[in-house]
Amino acid sequence: MPEKRIDDFQERRKHLQSLSDEELKNYFWELAEKVVEPLVEIARTHTTPAIERSVLLRMGFSSLEAKALVEKTLQRGLLGKGAGHVVFRYARLTGKTIRAAGLELLEGGGWDEVAKSFEVEHAGQ
Amino acid sequence: MQANEKLDIREILKDLDKYAPRRRGWTWRRKVENLRLGNYTYSDCSEPLKQSVPLSAAKHFGNIDPQPDAVITTEIASGRFEDDIRRMRMAAWHGADHIMVIRTAGQSHFDGLIEGTPQGVGGVPITRKQVRAQRKALDLIEDEVGRPINYHSYVSGVAGPDIAVMFAEEGVNGAHQDPQYNVLYRNINMVRSFVDAAESKRIMAWAGMLQIDGAHNANATAVIAENVMPELLVQHAINSLFSVKVGMRKENIALSTVPPTASPAPDLKINLPYAVALRDFFTGFKMRAQMNTKYMESSTREATVTHVINMLISKLTSADIQSTITPDEGRNVPWHMYNIEALDTAKQTYAALDGIKEFVKIREDGYMKETVREIKERAVLFLEEMLEVGGYFAAVEKGFFVDSGKYPERNGDGIVRKIDGGIGAGTVHPRDPDYFAPVTAHFGYNNNQYEPFKETPAELIGGCTFEDRSKIIYIDELDEEDNVEKRLKEKQEFLNSTLVKPEVEWLADGTVVLDLTLPTSAAYAEAAAVKIAEKLNLLEPEVIHREVLHPAEATRIQVKGRVGFAIDLSEIELPERPAVLSDEEIKDFVRNHPLKIVAGTIGEDEHSVGLREIIDIKHGGIEKYGIECIYLGTSVPVNKIVDAAVEANADAILISTIISHDDIHYKNMRKVHEYAVERGIRDKVIIIAGGTQVIPALARSAGVDEGFGRGTKGSQVASYLVQRKKEMAR
Repeated sequence: MPEKRIDDFQERRKHLQSLSDEELKNYFWELAEKVVEPLVEIARTHTTPAIERSVLLRMGFSSLEAKALVEKTLQRGLLGKGAGHVVFRYARLTGKTIRAAGLELLEGGGWDEVAKSFEVEHAGQ
Repeated sequence: MQANEKLDIREILKDLDKYAPRRRGWTWRRKVENLRLGNYTYSDCSEPLKQSVPLSAAKHFGNIDPQPDAVITTEIASGRFEDDIRRMRMAAWHGADHIMVIRTAGQSHFDGLIEGTPQGVGGVPITRKQVRAQRKALDLIEDEVGRPINYHSYVSGVAGPDIAVMFAEEGVNGAHQDPQYNVLYRNINMVRSFVDAAESKRIMAWAGMLQIDGAHNANATAVIAENVMPELLVQHAINSLFSVKVGMRKENIALSTVPPTASPAPDLKINLPYAVALRDFFTGFKMRAQMNTKYMESSTREATVTHVINMLISKLTSADIQSTITPDEGRNVPWHMYNIEALDTAKQTYAALDGIKEFVKIREDGYMKETVREIKERAVLFLEEMLEVGGYFAAVEKGFFVDSGKYPERNGDGIVRKIDGGIGAGTVHPRDPDYFAPVTAHFGYNNNQYEPFKETPAELIGGCTFEDRSKIIYIDELDEEDNVEKRLKEKQEFLNSTLVKPEVEWLADGTVVLDLTLPTSAAYAEAAAVKIAEKLNLLEPEVIHREVLHPAEATRIQVKGRVGFAIDLSEIELPERPAVLSDEEIKDFVRNHPLKIVAGTIGEDEHSVGLREIIDIKHGGIEKYGIECIYLGTSVPVNKIVDAAVEANADAILISTIISHDDIHYKNMRKVHEYAVERGIRDKVIIIAGGTQVIPALARSAGVDEGFGRGTKGSQVASYLVQRKKEMAR
């Protein structure tokens, strides 16, 4: 259960009273910065299926293709490499265009080769 | 597109696969300093439109249509995007340049893009085809009105980044984006929401889209809206600062702010200090002023008053975007005419309050100073405690948000979400050291372990869709049953045909509203109203509004229902429109054949405004053609006006009558005619009757030569006089 509390504003505000309006504003933004910074850091270092789909959309895949490719990438435990990266890597390995490489991966081909090139174990298979 | 032609939806849908948007990014209105319109100088207005529908009172002011400098928003989403396009055109003509499309219920939980054109519930499924069709239509509409129109929807839910990419590709100009909205109101996992949001915002930043946050939902949700004011500042700060940190420019970040409370509370006393506190803290960001929805009931009048007061606050403080809420939102998904009413309310209010800051100032001492400061301090304390408990995620877990207590008071009824809970929990993955994404506008760690690039990693794949839109894969339809073609086929008989049915949201929906005052209690009135609707053969009657005029004496009821028939316009004969001669023709005739008229309002009628307009030279009346006018004043007895015509040897008698109870206007026309016969002048004198309730054919059958109804101009009356004189001379 979330906390219940009576309004103790007068008590809590004592340390703010002496601040000028400008100082109060600066303090507000300093605190906001401290709240937001860790959130930005998590975003910077993590990815999600939606982000990877958005990468594949930009690489020229349809929404249906992007969704299926990300699911396959997840099954292979390769999402940490980037789903776009997987397609890119396979295109490099085979000399195919990005689109041809992606469609082949969609058909189920090429995953072992890609996984090997990333030197990771086959997860989930 | 011609003003007198309907928009052809089939034309819009044609070749959509080849359509490319003409621009990216947001467009502000262009303010004009000291804009001169008619007799007035405006302080806060922008360039007028090429074509528009002005306020109805504008006819007294030379049909001016001042457009405020704030962007004006309307929200349109009936579930059928094809019908919404027509409403967008209506809205643009009434001053909207920001069209917001609400998404269908449940889209935020759809993991991926929806494709095709399925029908929605309470909104529209946002898809590439639907977005393209609407943006394409808005291109035509903005050319028609002569001002760019911003198109807007939502980048939220578990497919935020997907949608952001599609929006960037399709030229969508603005979007709501706020991870806190996902967390609090859509129960989407909070870590997922923020990680996704960073990517979405980066994409939106690349496309120059304007972002609107979601903080205003807290006052719509909270038990006592005004108590969440400190939290609102905190929510705005979290989203705004997060956006800046992932690459969005401050001027593309708009705070969605709603005056939290509404009358009968002392609205301004509570809402104004809040508005000031917010603007003090958030300098450099844009303000999107939204209207209050929390306290809307079914009365459209009451909602409108609240909204006008909301805009008083906008004008006293600042608003870069003024959003409008349709006054019927308290009772149904908005209808066509209420979008238009809301836009006109905004236009009317903004014109009325033009330049207000030049002569009214908000006090900066006493009550205002203390209250503004208190709101700010409470917000600061909120942030302090968030950090004490371990940051944003911990604070949400402890139910800090949307608590109905006025922070630091807490009522223990806030929304609680768990860090490992909600939709999409467990779908956030760390990026490996060799993570890579070869695209433009990607946020975060991106290790290009390949050849170097100049500007974007997308160069490694020869450009992504942001550089080369030929790479976009366009999907037309996925569902053979649920699509726009099927819906259009069902409405075939009403498309580009002469058949019409009343409508409020969808073509030929048949909906009408009966407005009834019944002399009984609310309970009986409601039941009786439904009976009345049934006797009138309305289908599915439903009470949508009740208002007690007195507990026993009377109740006002509005009932909606559908009509089962259509009208064929080809079977309608329109009443003839009086022909208008050119000013020169009239002047020439009058020069050679001097005309004299006597005029007055007759019977017990004191309404002289209309008649003065027909006569007075300063209103463009018939005097300007050299016609001699003898104005006898108001409430002139019938015999007196005829006697005056005899005495002056007048060519015509002009009578004006507004009052129409019991057909008194037609009765008076007949009396004038009969008395003129009695005095022996009827064959020499022309009798003309005018008034807002006058129907020409009925006037003629009441014995006068011609009748003129609402909206008549002096030129029409003068033209008639000249033509009738010519006929009489033959």
